[in-house]
Amino acid sequence: MSEFLQQLLNGLSLGAIYALIALGYTMVYGVLRFINFAHSDVFMVGAFIGYYMGKLVPEGTLWGGLAVLGAAMIGCALLGMTIERLAYRPLRSAPTLNVLITAIGVSLLLEYTGQVFFGAAPRNFPAIFPVRNFSLGNVIISSNQVIVIVVSVVLMVVLQLIVYRTKIGTAMRAVSLNPKAAILMGVNNDVVISFTFGLGSALAAAGGILYALNYPSIDPLMGVMPGLKAFVAAILGGIGNIPGAALGGLILGTVETFVSGSQFSTYKDAIAFAILIIILLFRPAGLLGKFTVEKV
Amino acid sequence: MIKALRLLLLPALLAAATGAALAQNPIKVGEFASLTGKEAAFGQSSHKGTLLAIEELNATGGALGRQFELITEDNQSKQGESATIVKKLISRDQVVALLGEVASGRSLEAAPIAQNYKIPMISPSSTNPRVTEMGSYIFRVCFIDPFQGTAMAKFAQKSLHLKKVALLTSVSSPYSVGLAKYFKETFAAIGGEITIEQKYSEGDKDFKAQLTAIKAAGVDGIFVPGYYTEAALISKQARELELTFPIFGGDGWEAPQLIEIGGKAMKGTYYSTHYSPENSSPAVQNFVKKFRARFAGETPDAMAALGYDSAMVLADAIKRAGTTEGPKLRTAIAATKGYDGVTGKTTIDSHRNATKAAVVITVKDGAFKFVESITP
Repeated sequence: MSEFLQQLLNGLSLGAIYALIALGYTMVYGVLRFINFAHSDVFMVGAFIGYYMGKLVPEGTLWGGLAVLGAAMIGCALLGMTIERLAYRPLRSAPTLNVLITAIGVSLLLEYTGQVFFGAAPRNFPAIFPVRNFSLGNVIISSNQVIVIVVSVVLMVVLQLIVYRTKIGTAMRAVSLNPKAAILMGVNNDVVISFTFGLGSALAAAGGILYALNYPSIDPLMGVMPGLKAFVAAILGGIGNIPGAALGGLILGTVETFVSGSQFSTYKDAIAFAILIIILLFRPAGLLGKFTVEKV
Repeated sequence: MIKALRLLLLPALLAAATGAALAQNPIKVGEFASLTGKEAAFGQSSHKGTLLAIEELNATGGALGRQFELITEDNQSKQGESATIVKKLISRDQVVALLGEVASGRSLEAAPIAQNYKIPMISPSSTNPRVTEMGSYIFRVCFIDPFQGTAMAKFAQKSLHLKKVALLTSVSSPYSVGLAKYFKETFAAIGGEITIEQKYSEGDKDFKAQLTAIKAAGVDGIFVPGYYTEAALISKQARELELTFPIFGGDGWEAPQLIEIGGKAMKGTYYSTHYSPENSSPAVQNFVKKFRARFAGETPDAMAALGYDSAMVLADAIKRAGTTEGPKLRTAIAATKGYDGVTGKTTIDSHRNATKAAVVITVKDGAFKFVESITP
């Protein structure tokens, strides 16, 4: 029983990170109807900003950790908006396929520029938050797992509030529903799209920091696998649907952890993707996705 | 008219130039190494050792009246890359011999190509037995995994007093799979029990699931026959799950990054390797001194020592062969007997392997410490 609970906890903390990255994919898909493949590399840049900022603050303090987290989120928000401005906006009226190819290009650009600037060797990510273990019976909870889950939940709640309770959130939903009608209603689409990229990238940065905290070896290609998993999570939950992305991330993380802990650990990715295929066979729009509802 | 004349002259000029160069032609030695990427620490160390050896050889006049030229190519620690760069080294650079790699998987990629072109290849530190089985031109100057696995099994039982051990193997690395197999065979034969076997793939970062299953199985040690990045992450996550027993592995652990990434979690971990800089023998101390002087005070690890020895064994064979021709050079390397190097005496056996002692290292107060030496 305690093994089950421990695995569940491990799975949820991994899934929470997938969920944070998945949110970025799903939001951009919501407003622009394309998959931003550079998203997983923004995640990587987030971790590297954390790496450099982590050297400026004292290790193992709560305020220091939060400052690093904030700096990485702001840095990546700016990066995301810059990418959108330079690479995607000129293609606004081009077919989606062109934008998709551009996104792959931006992704490779970030990965290999990263290798030039940061070097290809893995680096050790500093322990920016205080580290402590809590025991609940036989279940060991590390402070990093608590931080991952708390930060993810807080960010998801904030995101939900932004999307449903603010003017810019309403505008995002309007653009998602019908971009042309939104323009006619006086919404500035460029600002909304830019904001969406900023928001998604900030979440990716948070995901990057949390990932690096738990698995403290970072390199310029670190975004590839988690990015792919998060993309799957977004599809699983129903792409374009925010709670769906969160749910998809948690399911994927948990399944992966349980499979890893069993005798079939070698098949963990195969099983995770098989589940995706099965769910899509029965619910082609994903778990929470519907074909026509609002998409943000 | 002028053009035609130039065309006529060109071959003559070229012939003259190559004729002059031939006498002074350096002996080209190709090295393929993981200078960047996941196992960069291996490639860098090994390369520095090899470079030091080549520089020393050249300072003392090279061999056959010619200087050595080391041509190093980086495979970025990636699968598939070694085959490409080894082909380039052989066909474009026309090297007479190949030195590399540390990781067995990447040596296995290059070996068939070297065999095919009849270019002798010496792996400094690939320990998987299959590497030299690839062909008669493939050699190594280190011990092999059946010995290393046996040594660690005996060490676990006799020195660490472990009875129930978990295995955590990387399924995508031939090195890891092989070492796990030999450890398991010996450990079971001497009365130990492998209680649980868990697996991961190269590049994985989350091992908590496997470690939680291991914890539930109730063991008193984990054998992790992998490379240093994963070994450090595994140790760290194991300590987070409050698994305080010994975690131990093989020579794939040997890199400063093990302590950098693992930090305090590396306390109470052990690994077997090829040499210890703490060894007081004059050969080792002399090597450590030269290495520190050349590379800004850095202490050479086992990969550096083996990189150095691999180049020295090659140079020794070239001198004995009196030529750099593939087949004759191959025979000379195969005849290497009792070559006195930094990692002990190198004698190439009929399977083109070397038989050497292993040393066990532990991490104490954030530094590597010698524990004991295990002779074959």
